[in-house]
Amino acid sequence: MADITQSASANRPEGAERLSEDRREAMRGEPPFVEAPAEDSRLVRALKEAGITAGLIAVLTFFFFFMKTDIAVGGLSLTVDPWTWFVAIAITFVGRFLLTFFVFAGERPAVGGWKKIAAATAGWPIGKVVGAVLLFVALTLPFLLTIFLPSQDRYLLDLAILILTYVMLGWGLNIVVGLAGLLDLGYVAFYAVGAYSFALLATNFDLGFWVCLPMAGLFAALWGVMLGFPVLRLRGDYLAIVTLAFGEIIRVVLLNWYTFTGGPNGILGIPKPTLFGLEFSRGKGSFSDFFGIEYSSIQRFIFLYYIILALALLTNFVTMRMRKLPVGRAWEALREDEIACRSLGINTTNVKLTAFATGAMFGGFAGSFFATRQGFISPESFTFIESAIILAIVVLGGLGSQLGVVIASVVMIGGIELLRNLTGLQAIFGTGFDPTQYRMLIFGLAMVLIMVWKPRGLVSTRSPSAIYKEKKAIGADLVAQGEGH
Amino acid sequence: MLKQNRNWSADPVLSVEHLTMRFGGLVAVDDLSFDVGRGDITALIGPNGAGKTTVFNCVTGFYKPTEGRIALRRDGSVTPEALAELTRSGRQYAEGDKGSIFLLERMADFKITEVAGVARTFQNIRLFGGMTVLENLLVAQHNELMRASGYTIGGLLGLPGYRRAAEAAKETAVEWLRRVNLLDRADDPAADLPYGAQRRLEIARALCTNPVLLCLDEPAAGLNPRESAELNTLLKYIRDDHGVSVLLIEHDMGVVMEISDHIIVLDYGKKISDGTAPEVRSDPKVIAAYLGVDDEEVEDVERDLEVKPAPTRAEGDAR
Ligand SMILES: Nc1ncnc2c1ncn2[C@@H]1O[C@H](COP(=O)(O)OP(=O)(O)O)[C@@H](O)[C@H]1O
Ligand SMILES: [Mg+2]
Repeated sequence: MADITQSASANRPEGAERLSEDRREAMRGEPPFVEAPAEDSRLVRALKEAGITAGLIAVLTFFFFFMKTDIAVGGLSLTVDPWTWFVAIAITFVGRFLLTFFVFAGERPAVGGWKKIAAATAGWPIGKVVGAVLLFVALTLPFLLTIFLPSQDRYLLDLAILILTYVMLGWGLNIVVGLAGLLDLGYVAFYAVGAYSFALLATNFDLGFWVCLPMAGLFAALWGVMLGFPVLRLRGDYLAIVTLAFGEIIRVVLLNWYTFTGGPNGILGIPKPTLFGLEFSRGKGSFSDFFGIEYSSIQRFIFLYYIILALALLTNFVTMRMRKLPVGRAWEALREDEIACRSLGINTTNVKLTAFATGAMFGGFAGSFFATRQGFISPESFTFIESAIILAIVVLGGLGSQLGVVIASVVMIGGIELLRNLTGLQAIFGTGFDPTQYRMLIFGLAMVLIMVWKPRGLVSTRSPSAIYKEKKAIGADLVAQGEGH
Repeated sequence: MLKQNRNWSADPVLSVEHLTMRFGGLVAVDDLSFDVGRGDITALIGPNGAGKTTVFNCVTGFYKPTEGRIALRRDGSVTPEALAELTRSGRQYAEGDKGSIFLLERMADFKITEVAGVARTFQNIRLFGGMTVLENLLVAQHNELMRASGYTIGGLLGLPGYRRAAEAAKETAVEWLRRVNLLDRADDPAADLPYGAQRRLEIARALCTNPVLLCLDEPAAGLNPRESAELNTLLKYIRDDHGVSVLLIEHDMGVVMEISDHIIVLDYGKKISDGTAPEVRSDPKVIAAYLGVDDEEVEDVERDLEVKPAPTRAEGDAR
């Protein structure tokens, strides 16, 4: 993931800029000794490249789309399906043609054009407006859903809860990766610690959600410090690999410590959260009974939604606040230059540990919420892919950007869900096409596209934490990425 | 007259004694001893690869010296006995009402800045490029602000004590920015500044840690003559108005000879001269090291001493 960011940012825009610089340089000086080769016209070049790409795809997909073997009774069966094959080739041909013709072959690189737009709109408080709109939508979502989409409101509310969980996780990881610049590939470990501490406390000691929640956060923070210590001295790739290993170790321990964690069977019967002691169920002493309204299962979903919204907003508030405090500024300074930090008397050990602990604490909160929402947890929920998704959210959103994380979560988590329902594609690929099988592929493609288009993430400017006179956004090209990117 | 000038032996803020730094087989600093006078501007000069940056790295704790003692006295009234006792005791520093001593070779790099009060700049500038000029100076006041923010808890709650401290820190920063002529760039990212301005910013940032000793590694490198002159004024101002002792490495002889109270010359890790500017300028050993001697003469000397030609040394950086 991080590698994609790096190479994309290193190659595309700079390369294009250098090329045009070199050309201008050459024109000013003596004429070159060798005639420049006659360049194809734009159309010819686009056609050529599209042809090559389509040819490649034709070869690559021949045995997957054109001829397909399946296991059948008594051996293999061969199905020949030229139609899918042709469609795939046609899509790549047209796609590549359009790209080359309109984007790559333009006189100015497309990225430059984008920069101009960005510069022209730099004065507008886009981020603030978008943030305020998103906040408003988030606060009123349950009502909006019941009004506008009453048939699907349960499903969509559940999806919103899931997205918000990832927003919270993304914000938590953003502290470690985006602000402190420490690449952590094992963030799911803290999510797991939070979920399991909550589940174990709740089931063994009969404690409620609101008592266990802070405890789970503290446990996770403690684990953050414990895992932080050994990796303090590691840099770059080593840091990434060791954190990845920690994530796996936690999962394997949870899986094998059967007597304590229940092993692969997980923990059942985790209590649901209550509103000042009011349960969301039928019968006496429940929420609906107390307020004298009719019971509906949606009430519990709305309640869960507001819990995770509050938790996520708390994460955001604390992070934004910490950025303006000395500790947050030290995180960012650490990302910029660790040696300079030490030369200014900053104990970088403490700075790293606070980053790990704070990030882990929010991961722990999110973990407890996950446990109470599901009512059941098992080690299966805490695999590496979770870490990867959270990290992808942070990187796609733009390292260190709070708004970017929200957009990336909505796009990624919501997008995966939407792809599940993309039955419209069956019209093109025939009725045998099952979009769920391809959603990871489409998803990967989308990610590559974003990394090519905006290598430093969707929101790639940094806003300063202290202002003398005028607030100016800082371009991503000036901001360091820290260790392991 | 001569005796009066030698402030560094009368009241040293820093004493480096028998400092040796080996990198594998290479002896970068070889049994070096010198004193830095309180309130002086002291220059450490010498050809490339002489070991100047290595001395800085030892003084500021970035390298642990192979041998030697580096003592910093925050107040003048420290007796040699007190220093000897601290050395024996194995502790890192002693703070008393009679004066505080810090044995820098025993302390971690960040502690040296935080407790002992030594600040430094780097030969290849190390700013927080993606942070604004103002933020750079606020990061430098980290420890003070950390305490004021109640180690983040008070700051999170927005207690008034922290808000006052934050205001004060900003004022300090603005004051230094005005002094180094960067106030109009306060909200720009540090990486956007021109080279000379980055050098000034790095000095201002080091000063925001409130040091007693400021170590500058080639502050005039890459500056034009006008900027060099401004740097001279700035260094004199720091010394005279803030009472900060300055230890600097410099190649620009114009800067060195004009402002230094005391010059130490290094060559191949050894001290070859030590004194005031006029003394050093007329020292034949310094002239030989700087101008080199004729090839024939070198051969003569080598034949006499029967030594192999010294290996050519590449220039190293702060890290
Ligand atoms: N970390 C290091 N490891 C090995 N050799 C080093 C290291 N730092 C400096 N040196 C060597 O020590 C010698 C002195 O370097 P340095 O102190 O940078 O010289 P100066 O600053 O006077 O130009 C050089 O030969 C250099 O290569
Ligand atoms: Mg040097």
